[in-house]
Amino acid sequence: MSSNVLLFVTTFFASAVEAVEALTIVLAVGVVRGWRSTLTGVGAAAVVLAAIVAALGPALRLIPIDTLRFVVGALLLAFGLQWLRKAILRASGYKPLHDEGAAFARERDAADSESRVAAGRFDWYSFTVAFKGVLLEGLEVTFIVVTFGSTQGRLGLAAAAGAAAVVLVIAVGIAVRGPLERVPENSLKFVVGVLLTSFGIFWGGEGAGVDWPGSDFAVLGIVGFLALVSLALTRRLRRRRLALAPAGARG
Amino acid sequence: MNYIRSFVLFWWNFVVGDDWRVAAGLAVALGVTWVTHAWWLLPLAVALLLVESVLRESRSSG
Repeated sequence: MSSNVLLFVTTFFASAVEAVEALTIVLAVGVVRGWRSTLTGVGAAAVVLAAIVAALGPALRLIPIDTLRFVVGALLLAFGLQWLRKAILRASGYKPLHDEGAAFARERDAADSESRVAAGRFDWYSFTVAFKGVLLEGLEVTFIVVTFGSTQGRLGLAAAAGAAAVVLVIAVGIAVRGPLERVPENSLKFVVGVLLTSFGIFWGGEGAGVDWPGSDFAVLGIVGFLALVSLALTRRLRRRRLALAPAGARG
Repeated sequence: MNYIRSFVLFWWNFVVGDDWRVAAGLAVALGVTWVTHAWWLLPLAVALLLVESVLRESRSSG
């Protein structure tokens, strides 16, 4: 039961982060260049993604479960640790916060500087940027959903979590119709980084032949341990940065 | 050729990212866990790699 809830929550938040990034690109291009070509690009990317999901799902089921767990665990570990590392550096002030507003402005300015197309003509720039953004971020959502679902034998649950996250982010995007500044992306990445890395450790270990104490409940212990290490590290770095900063720059 | 380059670049960024030492450390930790089956090794190795990488980055960025 608890592993199902954790699976749903992890897949949901990991997918939501990717969906926020894709939506930022789509909104920026759509607002500046028009919606027809942009949404055609989104639709085309969705079709390609559906084909990949159809091809990837059955193929993954043919691989022995321990091998799959090991490979997926290793990939999640590498990917999750990168997120967590950056989130800690941002939270402690050693890296600038990832600003969706700035990302939106960059995409909007880039789109605006491209030559305009005549009214009624198909805009390949909008199509390509929207297609690329949705396909890349969508591939990451697909990867998260298929691998989380396959390794736990709960592909339906993982797909529901991924779909719920994407639908929620789209609904929020339509409601705010602007840059997603209100979503605290770094906090989200911090939590998701801890969860992805914890699942990576758990599955990577299982695939390598580890017998976890407490069986499936071990993942909760790993989450707690990593969260404590990450929070302690963030706190220590914040203090050190404040101690090193000139008196006038503090606060 | 451009597609192959993009594909390789995507996976390099996905797996290795901007600190190859962390990826190399993870590979070693997973390999040793495969041989020893020790449950405590991977969480400890990941925590140490995270702390070392973050502290090194913070020192280099002042």
